[in-house]
Amino acid sequence: MMSKLSVFSKGLLAENPVFVLVLGLCPVLAVTTSVENAIGMGVAATFVLVMSNALISLLRNLIPAKIRIPSFIVVIASFVTIVELVMHGYLPKLYEQLGIFVPLIVVNCIILGRAEAFASKNTLLDSILDGLGMGAGFLIALVVIGGSRELLGTNKLMGYQVFDLEGGILGFLHLKPIAIMTLAPGGFLVLGFILALLNWSKTWRKKAEE
Amino acid sequence: MKRMEIQHLTAIIISSIFVNNFVLARFLGLCPFIGVSKRVDSALGMGMAVIFVMTMASLVTWIIQHYILEVFGIPYLRTITFILTIATLVQFVEMVIQKVSPNLYNALGIYLPLITTNCAVLGAAILNITDELGLIASLVQGFASGVGFTLALILMAGIRQRLEVSHVPKVMDGLPIAFIVAGLMSIAFLGFAGFSF
Repeated sequence: MMSKLSVFSKGLLAENPVFVLVLGLCPVLAVTTSVENAIGMGVAATFVLVMSNALISLLRNLIPAKIRIPSFIVVIASFVTIVELVMHGYLPKLYEQLGIFVPLIVVNCIILGRAEAFASKNTLLDSILDGLGMGAGFLIALVVIGGSRELLGTNKLMGYQVFDLEGGILGFLHLKPIAIMTLAPGGFLVLGFILALLNWSKTWRKKAEE
Repeated sequence: MKRMEIQHLTAIIISSIFVNNFVLARFLGLCPFIGVSKRVDSALGMGMAVIFVMTMASLVTWIIQHYILEVFGIPYLRTITFILTIATLVQFVEMVIQKVSPNLYNALGIYLPLITTNCAVLGAAILNITDELGLIASLVQGFASGVGFTLALILMAGIRQRLEVSHVPKVMDGLPIAFIVAGLMSIAFLGFAGFSF
């Protein structure tokens, strides 16, 4: 039986939904054009994940097995609609930036996947912790990728310039931001390199243990 | 059809397949893109299933949006009704195909349930509404988006089949190299940007 802490923390690194389970890819590449959008999407998705995990866990003994997937979808879609309306009303700029990916949270494989694999078989507290952990892992992944793309693509983080490319050594090298990182290909390339980096750290760690 | 309409529809087709390719430009449908694109024949099967479901879903969801949601003043229920409609549609299509053509069912069978939670189908349905298209235009966009998805899938499968027998650095093996390849394909498709009639 897992400890409460590990139920939460496994979603952060060991079973990180994006980097290890490779789920929920569509929003990851689409909204990580800047750290701000990444945080917005991460928080929205975590909210839906935690709430739907909680409700599905509460109802787990009442939902007949044959219609469980449509039932999960109804629950998840309801919370997504709530998020959509709240964001549209109170954070219109973020809502416009995230665009079509706000309603698409409903088909985020992470949320349906955790409902099926965990929330439908575990207690309320465990499901909430799992939701928080997976959501936090998702948020971390989004921020890492978003940060990389924003930094490499526009030399800014959260809108603030990072490196001074005019004077000094960097100016001498005539470096410029790599604009393609904020466009579609950048998402694929950054994710590919991060996954390669994680593979490398795994083999390096295995060699260190030998 | 008037000349303007044909021009409009052609622009939609070119845009959905190349300029705004669902996978390589809009990032929709990535899970099956990475998961199913290991072999060209399974990629083709998945693509056919997606084209079919996307076109049907475009038709049904458009009707629901304009004749139910807007008439009763409940546009905010769009997400819920659309996803339930798509889930039901896929279930129904699976049953019909199983009865009518068991051969086709065996060819497509396992891919159909996977399509329900595919962001590509829901994405296409919502895009038809946000682009404010008419019924015929929505159908055309749904169909063409599916074709674009299939195109990207087949291209990816062809490349990955070659990659299997090539020397790939060990850290890159598997997913990393697949994403780098997708990135390069995406750069190629960027070349279509700014293409208009």
